[in-house]
Amino acid sequence: MTPNPTQDVRGTGDSGGSRRSGAPTALAALGRGGTATVALLLALIFVVIATQNPSFFEGPPLMSFAKKAAPLVILAIGQYLVIVSGEFDLSVGSLVGAQVVIAARLIDGQEAMTLPVIGLMMVFGLVVGLVNGLVTTLLRVPSIITTLGTMLILFGAVRYWTGGAPTGALSESFRVPGRHGIEGVPFLGELPWALVIALVLAVGAVFLMRSPFGRSLVATGDNDVAAAFSGVRVWRVRTMAFVGSSLMATVAAILIGGYAGVTAQVGDGLEFTAITAVVLGGVVLGGGRGTVVAAVLGALTVEALFTLFNQLYLPSTIQPSVQGLIIIAAVAYAARRGDLRLPERLRRRPAHPTERSLGTSRR
Amino acid sequence: MRVPRVLLAGAAGLTLMLTACTTDAPADSPEGGSGAELTPDEEWFDEAEFEAQLAQREIPPEGPEDQPWMQAIEPEWIDTSEFVHDAPEDATLCFSNASVSNPWRVTGFITMEQQVEALQEEGRIGEFRVSDAADDDNQQISDIQAFVDSGDCDAIIISPSTTATLTPAVETACESGVPVVVFDRGVNTDCMVTFIHPIGGYAYGADAADFLVENLEPGSTVLALRILPGVDVLEHRWAAAQEIFADSELEVLGHEFTEGDGAKIKDLVSQHLQRGEVDGIWMDAGDGAVAGLEAFEDAGQPYPVIAGEDELSFMRKWKEEELTAIAPVYSNFQWRTPILAADMILAGEDVPSEWVLPQEPIREDELDEYLERNADMPSLHYAKFGGEDLPGFPEAWTER
Repeated sequence: MTPNPTQDVRGTGDSGGSRRSGAPTALAALGRGGTATVALLLALIFVVIATQNPSFFEGPPLMSFAKKAAPLVILAIGQYLVIVSGEFDLSVGSLVGAQVVIAARLIDGQEAMTLPVIGLMMVFGLVVGLVNGLVTTLLRVPSIITTLGTMLILFGAVRYWTGGAPTGALSESFRVPGRHGIEGVPFLGELPWALVIALVLAVGAVFLMRSPFGRSLVATGDNDVAAAFSGVRVWRVRTMAFVGSSLMATVAAILIGGYAGVTAQVGDGLEFTAITAVVLGGVVLGGGRGTVVAAVLGALTVEALFTLFNQLYLPSTIQPSVQGLIIIAAVAYAARRGDLRLPERLRRRPAHPTERSLGTSRR
Repeated sequence: MRVPRVLLAGAAGLTLMLTACTTDAPADSPEGGSGAELTPDEEWFDEAEFEAQLAQREIPPEGPEDQPWMQAIEPEWIDTSEFVHDAPEDATLCFSNASVSNPWRVTGFITMEQQVEALQEEGRIGEFRVSDAADDDNQQISDIQAFVDSGDCDAIIISPSTTATLTPAVETACESGVPVVVFDRGVNTDCMVTFIHPIGGYAYGADAADFLVENLEPGSTVLALRILPGVDVLEHRWAAAQEIFADSELEVLGHEFTEGDGAKIKDLVSQHLQRGEVDGIWMDAGDGAVAGLEAFEDAGQPYPVIAGEDELSFMRKWKEEELTAIAPVYSNFQWRTPILAADMILAGEDVPSEWVLPQEPIREDELDEYLERNADMPSLHYAKFGGEDLPGFPEAWTER
């Protein structure tokens, strides 16, 4: 599916940058993608935080921020896989909640149950992802409906199973990845496991997006008919994306449960925070555009915004409005700059004869 | 092309800067005590009611001492002989529940069901019908209407979801002629036979705030963690705390809304700890108290003086870490009382027209006793659930 092999090294990460044909190093590609806007916004927020709280960039506060942000980063990676393939996954918030509740109930404070239960959670995540994927692709139910359904099913099933309030307790070892880290690291103090896990998954996702599978995923999101004609098994690729998202949600659940333990509200509304993060990263809803790095930066930006609001003692009642304003402004700015462009089918205009869509196929 | 781009960039930046400017004052001068507004919002503060609730804490309740759910503070007994039922063993009780959407309501509802079972075994009541409105006012209005229309109910028990909206529905139930019992949150009518509730939100918030004032040195810092704005029972707790903190030497750093979410609580507390010491934590409900305490552990800071709730996860942590703490109580055993009241009404016995149940916080000297009594209970259970003598104890509560 890649007629021009020289494009291979560039991955799918530079949808906005392929217009220029200079020597495309990875760094330059990053700078030119939708990534630039979100990186700029993140830097701006960090600057404002620094003016309010100069000690924020000393090791421990920064690591504490990383620990808090890691689950959202991981969720955003999962959500990116689905969104870039042209679908949505609204079920992740409910899935996180369900997984934490399942873990607490089955582990019930017994250390020996930790690993078996984590294994079971992975299997459960896999099943939820498969169901989402297969119902969407084979039964042709729009993913927004499928995953809305899964969200409600999980929410209701957990409520029914627990009678409305979670029971049991997580073991200490279950809580290690989300709560603890490598002690005694110079400058940083403690390097949280959550940060290590998020980094590994982010790097893994970057490589995944450069692999043939990643290219198929983006091609599917850009134009599934064309992708199918060029030999991509669209249903399989999309199903894999849903499985990836559910597995990421499972990892996020382990970290969130580890971070703060079990409460009845765990996971509420996370699906929209994750989608916000991905959109803020400039990954266009509808698929086929944007980089996984931008999605990660988007997640960090959303978390940084929450931190900033808190530093400013912004009344929490107004916070969603300010968050909404900033997101619209940032995405509009990126669109104006040309970082984001409409999908090929909406912008086939003769005025831009040199414009090309992806760094992959149609050259 | 160029101008709009600049405008948009400016808008994004400006939004950030504006939010920075508008809130600079409190952030810059926390020493001045302006970190949090300490004048209660008029909408949520009724001076007379506040004073009345504080006084009720000191009044010994009437009734059997070992059955707090049958006790009443300054009751005004009313005659219910007009509602006598000829065959109470066939009487149908109908209960319109606002929801079971939090662990406190789940615990209470289990206790209620077990109380029903106990009375059914004694042959004192017949069928028990329940509808759950899942926190939806409209749903609850139609639930109550359905009970009235069915004509099968010999008594209607209502736990209203909100005050003003449910008032007409409660009035409709009263007009149907059957005795109506309202409990937990109130309504703006007195058409029901009895209204059952613990002392109230002001007393709860004051118990917590008084404890912090007594146990912290003057000049200590206090962080307030609140669930949500705009809910009367929670707003009253905060209004009472504002009133008490304003008269104290404590410095209130601010108040944060957490939705009871452990992750949010831990993050917020961690951030406050990065900026300076926090000596005390005031909470309007105990959900997630343990996550807040873990933030101190992870930051390597000494535990704060804390007011949580009688939720077991918090009380166990209190014992384990030997905290200086108090567990204010919003008496969960009140869920038994409406069933017993309905039973009394159908038997023609006198009941208090406003049935104010005792509401005593759990202090350190009672901690061990309550932990022992609830040793087998799950962590999101409430210590003062008051169901130890009911059938199905403890399985009904442990295997929820």
